[in-house]
Amino acid sequence: MSTEVAALKKKDFQSDQEVRWCPGCGDYAILSAVQSVFPELGIPKEKFVVVSGIGCSSRFPYYLDTFGFHTIHGRAPGVATGLKLARPDLEVWIASGDGDAMSIGGNHFIHLLRRNVGVKILLFNNRIYGLTKGQYSPTSEVGKRTKSTPVGSLDNPFNPLSLALGAGATFVARSVDVFQPHLKSVLRRAAAHPGTAFVEIYQNCNIFNDKAFSNVTDKQARTEQTLHLEHGKPLVFGKERRRGIRLKGVDLEVFDLVDDAGIEECLVWDEKVASPTLAFALSRLVPPAMPTPIGIFRAVETETYESRVVSQIEAEIDTKGAGTLEDLLYGGDTWVVD
Amino acid sequence: MTSTITEENAGPPASLEKLDDAVIRFAGDSGDGMQLTGNQFTNTSALMGNDLSTLPDFPAEIRAPAGTLAGVSAFQVRIADHDIHNPGDSPDVLVAMNPAALKKNIGELKPNGVVIANTDEFNARSFKKAGLENDPLEDGSLEGFRVFKAPLATMTQRALEDSELDRKSQDRCKNFFALGMVYWLFSRPLENTVEWLRRKFARRPEIAEANIKVLKAGWNFCDITQIFQVRYEVDSAQLEPGIYRNILGNHAFALGFVAASRRSGLPLFLGAYPITPASDLLHELARHKSFGVTTFQAEDEIAAVCAAIGASFGGALGITASSGPGISLKSEAINLAVMVELPLVICNVQRAGPSTGMPTKTEQSDLLQTLFGRNGESPLPVISASSPKDCFETAMEACRIALKYMVPVMVLSDGYIASGSEPWRLPKLEDLPDLRPEIRRDPVGFAPYRRDETTLARPWALPGTPGLEHRIGGLEKDDGSGNVSYDAQNHAQMTRLREEKVARIAADIPPLEVDGEPSGKLLVLGWGSTQGAIKGAVNAARAKGLSVSAAHLRYLNPFPANLSELLESFDRVLLPEINTGQLALVLQGRYLRRIDSYPKVEGRPFSRDEILARIEQLLEA
Ligand code: SF4
Repeated sequence: MSTEVAALKKKDFQSDQEVRWCPGCGDYAILSAVQSVFPELGIPKEKFVVVSGIGCSSRFPYYLDTFGFHTIHGRAPGVATGLKLARPDLEVWIASGDGDAMSIGGNHFIHLLRRNVGVKILLFNNRIYGLTKGQYSPTSEVGKRTKSTPVGSLDNPFNPLSLALGAGATFVARSVDVFQPHLKSVLRRAAAHPGTAFVEIYQNCNIFNDKAFSNVTDKQARTEQTLHLEHGKPLVFGKERRRGIRLKGVDLEVFDLVDDAGIEECLVWDEKVASPTLAFALSRLVPPAMPTPIGIFRAVETETYESRVVSQIEAEIDTKGAGTLEDLLYGGDTWVVD
Repeated sequence: MTSTITEENAGPPASLEKLDDAVIRFAGDSGDGMQLTGNQFTNTSALMGNDLSTLPDFPAEIRAPAGTLAGVSAFQVRIADHDIHNPGDSPDVLVAMNPAALKKNIGELKPNGVVIANTDEFNARSFKKAGLENDPLEDGSLEGFRVFKAPLATMTQRALEDSELDRKSQDRCKNFFALGMVYWLFSRPLENTVEWLRRKFARRPEIAEANIKVLKAGWNFCDITQIFQVRYEVDSAQLEPGIYRNILGNHAFALGFVAASRRSGLPLFLGAYPITPASDLLHELARHKSFGVTTFQAEDEIAAVCAAIGASFGGALGITASSGPGISLKSEAINLAVMVELPLVICNVQRAGPSTGMPTKTEQSDLLQTLFGRNGESPLPVISASSPKDCFETAMEACRIALKYMVPVMVLSDGYIASGSEPWRLPKLEDLPDLRPEIRRDPVGFAPYRRDETTLARPWALPGTPGLEHRIGGLEKDDGSGNVSYDAQNHAQMTRLREEKVARIAADIPPLEVDGEPSGKLLVLGWGSTQGAIKGAVNAARAKGLSVSAAHLRYLNPFPANLSELLESFDRVLLPEINTGQLALVLQGRYLRRIDSYPKVEGRPFSRDEILARIEQLLEA
């Protein structure tokens, strides 16, 4: 932590705006986690910029006493990219939802990730459109009955983690609104990542899609069905950590550490491995047949886009010299009329 | 008259004839290098001090089937010993590299004009591809023109007999044979092109040397055979003293933005997505990284403008450029910029629409889209460029307004201006305006929407400034505090303020100048790229003794303060536009003044004569 920065507290990041999410909404927990983590980062408050699109989640910037930009539907990555390119010194976070990032802004989402712009993107995934009052979203399960799909939705959902990994994301993680210590630790890791850090957060919309993640958040599921990814540790989960994940051909399977085989067959988690293959396989695990992995799926460091952009400009200045107005106008083929 | 050039039929030395004005059109297949050939002729003529104006005309397809009418690419250049304003209506000389090029362009050649036809391509196969029944060189259809038949490919090959190049590469040099001939015909020196070739092919000197050889062969051929019998000279023009360069519209835009960046002290950020005919702006700015310019080729038009808005929020000079279809995609984000009141410049290099329309053809048909094509009450300043060189000043002026008033500014150009060129007298550096913006640093009394009393601009408070943390967004803002507000009276007030802020710019722009009498029978009013044709037509009308005035609008929102009075000072107002009468509609609605709209939507600029005819018609009536 830089010594010049006066110690910031959670309340320094609370704005004077009344928070207007529905009582009981998972967004409150995410806001609280972010407000707790920001002051720990050693970054001056004025350097934070929170950018959002449209949706319940996108009200986020109003509740943080930082610079904020509530943009238009799906376009936060575009705005954030321009901002980060112009101002690499800023700490830019995007708050987005499943409709915002996976549907209308899907294109910007994948391009943000492939470029590896140094911003953090939090996906509040509640598998529903909340602000427009309850239509199914691109992460809703097939057969979802909503106002716009009274007899069930027909289209297959996106898996945000698979999509992010496929787009070449360098940091991919998942956490859950109500797992506060876990969520904070994931946010700290995201903050420390130099490129695009993508965090999917399971967020309960208690009004339109209540208990969408009960198979993760229920007391029993927490212990039985949740697989914590920990770098360098074997992939084990369940009561008494009796169950493990091992390779079966090119896929993954669950096995019993007592009845089936020993711990040596268990995959040891490596979030830094260059190939995203195993991370992708893990992203496909869904309950009830499989546990839900949470934690860091991928954390590899490559040069950020803004750093490349800046270096290229510097290199051009090095070889050609810093351009002057005179060079600009008078540098081409000119002739004189007296 | 038809002549075939051979060394054997050398005639007597050509007589020298002085022209005050000449139009040359190079036409061939898109693979024949006609744009390049035309540009070389242009640059050489510029260096000789001619005034000039160019008009490229290329197909939308990168390579339409060779030899077809769809694949014809042409470049027209007009050179003169006096001040000219447009690339000319009809050519004096047509270079036709194949039958399709001849067929497509012969209709516009002046009576008794010169045709240089590449006979190597005049065969049954090519006639068929061009949809011709007979050989136009033989069937008498070129009666009334002076036709010179030149087997360009054969002569090129002969010139390159001992070259190492393969046949295909040799054949590619034939446009330089034609260029050599036209250089001879117009008494131009070869040096400029020779030097250019050596620079361009510095890493492949064999190609440079082959082209140079062919260029010289073309020139020598005319010199030896004296086939043209006449040789032209066009003296240098009496241009205003100064340093000049030849400039394309899109390049002038690019330079204007870099200059604005320098004069404002803000780094330039361009967010763009490739689109015809705006891409050249992206290409040109991408070459200026050593000026600290960031060019961001986004995943789509929307991201391009959003990134520019983001950069602007961060304190850069945010720019985006596109053409009609791209502007449609950007309109939601442009509205965001209207709402958050950040400086932004949006260039629309218009093309023929609707939808994909005709990407390489020019039109001025996005004016109403620009003024009204966004949801809600969404006023923004609009200014237009009237010629290639004018793009420089227009770009700087757009930046000035954007930065001073904290507002997105739309700049209109079009395909005709974008890819046309003309000599540009370079401004003196000290004459360029100071564009340094006011940036808020003091947290005391800061509120994001507390406005400047004169300009009504809100403060520009950059992230990273302690104590200025604030939130902006597309939701309606409370006047002053900038908090989200759904209050009815506040919305009415904010709507009025956004409108008023733009309206006040009228006091900060020059009044509309009239060329000619300040009142009278007829005013020809124009905007954008019609300027050259209008000027030419008005001058010609005056030469015929007619009394007609002209005025050209750069500012389309707000209009200059004296516009209303001016419209009232004339019996009739003629308004030629390359659309169905969009500005006329706006003026009639706003000033309740009848306008004689003269619309044209053929994907082509007005000719001088078209406007002249309309002037005569109106004055007779
Ligand atoms: S609708 Fe759902 S997501 Fe939106 S605020 Fe209410 S509970 Fe939260």
